[in-house]
Amino acid sequence: MAPNIVLEAVMQTAVAGLMAGILYGLMASGVGLIFGVMRVVNFAQGEFLMLGMYGAVFAAALIAPLGLFGVTLGAYLGVLLTGPVIFILGAIIHRVVLSRSTGLRAAGTESEGHYTQMILTLGLSLIFQSVALAWFGAVPRQNRTPISDQAWTFQPFPGVDAEVFVNQGQALSCLVALVLVGVIYQVFSRTSIGKSLRAAADNPVAATYVGIRVDRAHRFAFAFGVAITAVAGGLVSIYYPFQPYVGVQFLIIMYAAVVLGGLGSVLGAFWGGVIIGFVQQVSALFLPLELQSAAIFVVLVATLFFKPDGIFGKNVERV
Amino acid sequence: MKRIELSTLGLIAAVCVAYVALASVIGNTYYQHVLTIVAIFAVLGLSWNLLGGYAGVVSFGHAAFFGIGAFTVTLLLSVVNVSPWLGIPAGALLAALAAVLIGLPTLRLRGIHFALAMLAYPIVLRYVLDWLRYQEVMLPRKAQDATWYMQYDDVRIYAMLAVALLFVSLCICHLIENSRFGLALRAIKENEQAAAAAGIDIWRRKMVATAISGAMAGAAGGLYVVVIRVAVPADVFGLHISAQAMVVTLFGGVGTLWGPLIGAAFLIPLGDGLHALLGHTIPGVQSIVYGCALILAIMVAPEGLYWYARDRIVARRRHRAPGSRPDRAAVALAVVDSGGAEAHRANPVSMRKNPQLLVVSGLSKSFRGLKAVQDVSFVVPEGVVFGVIGQNGAGKTSVFNLLNGFIGADSGRVTYDGKEVAGLSTSEISRLGIGRTFQVPRPFLRLSLLDNVVVGAISTEPADIAATARAKRALATVGLTRNFDTLASELNAVELRLLELARALAGSPRLVLLDEIFAGLAHEEIERLLVVIKRLPQQGVTVMIIEHTMHAMLKICDQLVVLDHGVVIASGLPMDVISDPIVVEAYLGRKWMAEHAAA
Repeated sequence: MAPNIVLEAVMQTAVAGLMAGILYGLMASGVGLIFGVMRVVNFAQGEFLMLGMYGAVFAAALIAPLGLFGVTLGAYLGVLLTGPVIFILGAIIHRVVLSRSTGLRAAGTESEGHYTQMILTLGLSLIFQSVALAWFGAVPRQNRTPISDQAWTFQPFPGVDAEVFVNQGQALSCLVALVLVGVIYQVFSRTSIGKSLRAAADNPVAATYVGIRVDRAHRFAFAFGVAITAVAGGLVSIYYPFQPYVGVQFLIIMYAAVVLGGLGSVLGAFWGGVIIGFVQQVSALFLPLELQSAAIFVVLVATLFFKPDGIFGKNVERV
Repeated sequence: MKRIELSTLGLIAAVCVAYVALASVIGNTYYQHVLTIVAIFAVLGLSWNLLGGYAGVVSFGHAAFFGIGAFTVTLLLSVVNVSPWLGIPAGALLAALAAVLIGLPTLRLRGIHFALAMLAYPIVLRYVLDWLRYQEVMLPRKAQDATWYMQYDDVRIYAMLAVALLFVSLCICHLIENSRFGLALRAIKENEQAAAAAGIDIWRRKMVATAISGAMAGAAGGLYVVVIRVAVPADVFGLHISAQAMVVTLFGGVGTLWGPLIGAAFLIPLGDGLHALLGHTIPGVQSIVYGCALILAIMVAPEGLYWYARDRIVARRRHRAPGSRPDRAAVALAVVDSGGAEAHRANPVSMRKNPQLLVVSGLSKSFRGLKAVQDVSFVVPEGVVFGVIGQNGAGKTSVFNLLNGFIGADSGRVTYDGKEVAGLSTSEISRLGIGRTFQVPRPFLRLSLLDNVVVGAISTEPADIAATARAKRALATVGLTRNFDTLASELNAVELRLLELARALAGSPRLVLLDEIFAGLAHEEIERLLVVIKRLPQQGVTVMIIEHTMHAMLKICDQLVVLDHGVVIASGLPMDVISDPIVVEAYLGRKWMAEHAAA
């Protein structure tokens, strides 16, 4: 193989891995937040991502007739507007379904509370998938914008015939994702909401003694976590076609990222997502399409066995 | 432990016969098909229940075993032309093998890590089969020898095959439920550490349960493809299959024989019927039903319909006729009267007393820099009550945890009766003859009083009747005279202490470790326990006891060791120890010393 072709493949893999990874990182931060505060594995997280995708399409369709924004700006505005809607949906679901078996009610029953919650979210996942199928149909959709199919072409080394293609939609989504991750991180490390969430995560019973309303902290964490993942889904929908069953494949990626980054850490989950992005793109160089997802799983299971606290160990700042 | 109940086996047979009769009477092939599927998913539910319901190992990946069974049958038939009659057993065997291979590493993971790993296996298998281009494999039609290839035009025959599989599965589950194996699984579910301390080899029991469960799911998967005649990886390895195994069990009744069948009989006709009725307008209506059923079951009847109904009926009966239940307390009392004097069987080996029953030398353990136990050495002779005192955080419980294998030592040696025990597992140490109780009691709350104690006996007593007898003797020794059927959750604080002691004694130990057994008890209750403990050495049981209050210890201990910040600061006879100035300083402080020295 000619050296410039190898160089091109390497550069393309690196760029694609980074861009996919940043989006995975954003969606995984939502999972990391929920897990960090509530210690719940939310099987329905992929479905919230899917709802974020459909939500973004519908929000864009609502915004377009206003004629105030261009199609591209309108699409991104739609993505961001989906966030609060999913936040409210998440809060309602927590109130009606999950709060019955999480938080203080589960304190003291070490594992049983967790299993109950996991099973509940599994039920939610089945319902969301099927309702979406009934409502939206099985035909794949995409949140089309003028930049969805546009690419920038770079030639990073002058004189070397090796080019890198960057999808404009994906690049813009990555930028938005990076800004959001920064904002989320600031919220949790600087604000009082962040502090009370950390306290509720650390010791729910003790937190109540110092006046933190653990149930509300959990509700906020769950709602915010699913909203983050939904917005990440909206950002992905700009360059990636989806259908009602898309959630499962991203669920795998998100949990692999969270496990890699260390269960319970928001920032760790982000970095875990970036790594998964790279793993996926590198595996694409060697493995057939069907086995790429299996590669992510191998990473997940290997991490569980060999580094159960994630690759950053205990030193990562917990939520 | 109960004996195998012929009446239950009869009931299983009766239900299965009625099921076949129903399938035969119904003329409609669609209903016959639904009945077949109900039986198959009931088997899948029984398989999940064996692990999740009895042993508390909640698997989110049972589709792996189901799918392996399904594809073994499919590929054997379509590639090598082997009949499903052989394919289904082969599939069950392969699924059991896969279960062992998956279980070997995965059962070491805890809680959420276990759940996530189990989720991974079926999906990886599905991708591998997709990659091998087995996206949709039709079972080839065999015009000749249709019977041999399990292909029938009469749907009723499939229903009968499914019921036959259901019958076998129900019988296996019933046998397990009432065996020592089943009791061990339930003890593991209730409290894993206590089960290990009672001598149960948790790892082996879980592996066996996983293998049986895998085989059952594999057989169900194998029969499933024979019935639907097409194998699709996305279907048989799908998350919905794993979910269904859970749904039917959780809905019907967790940890019960009939639960999975009840759940399947309710939910599958409902889902299938709605699918047939509304499937073209609402695709996926089945999943909506299953999702709602899961959530409703968890929220309204978290243990399932079976328990919900049973609790209601029991409550009503109690309400109607208080105290009419046969009370076996009288029996228990009788045992005390006859056996109390003879008391616990003296260990025959202990006739010659070992002056160095337990030798601890240079034992050390640090937790991330905190030196919990530092270079601790002492010798426990046989036939004494040996006390370990020290203030909170002095390292007493850490010493016990090192002795019975909960944690591994950084350095040092422990020999028990001449054998090195450092590095052995908790259950191995327990079976060697070291029993223990816990600072916070760890009873098996949902087991009966007697079963709690039988758990302590089964790993060293091969005969069931003898194990039960041993448990009754242990209960008599500690003087716990409650109805044998009383649930452990109904006992009070001192009874729980006695129960734990009886459980430890049921293993016929030569040494028991009692971890703050007096904590939280009233004065008279402590007196009651003191009498029991004082008698133990005469019955061949050496006692090692932890306390932080001197008072009780002085009354019963023959020898004392004092720990302070993980270090032995004094040892010897109780009276010598308490007059040791170092001990007084550690306990009462320098200031007190100074004041009283002046006086």
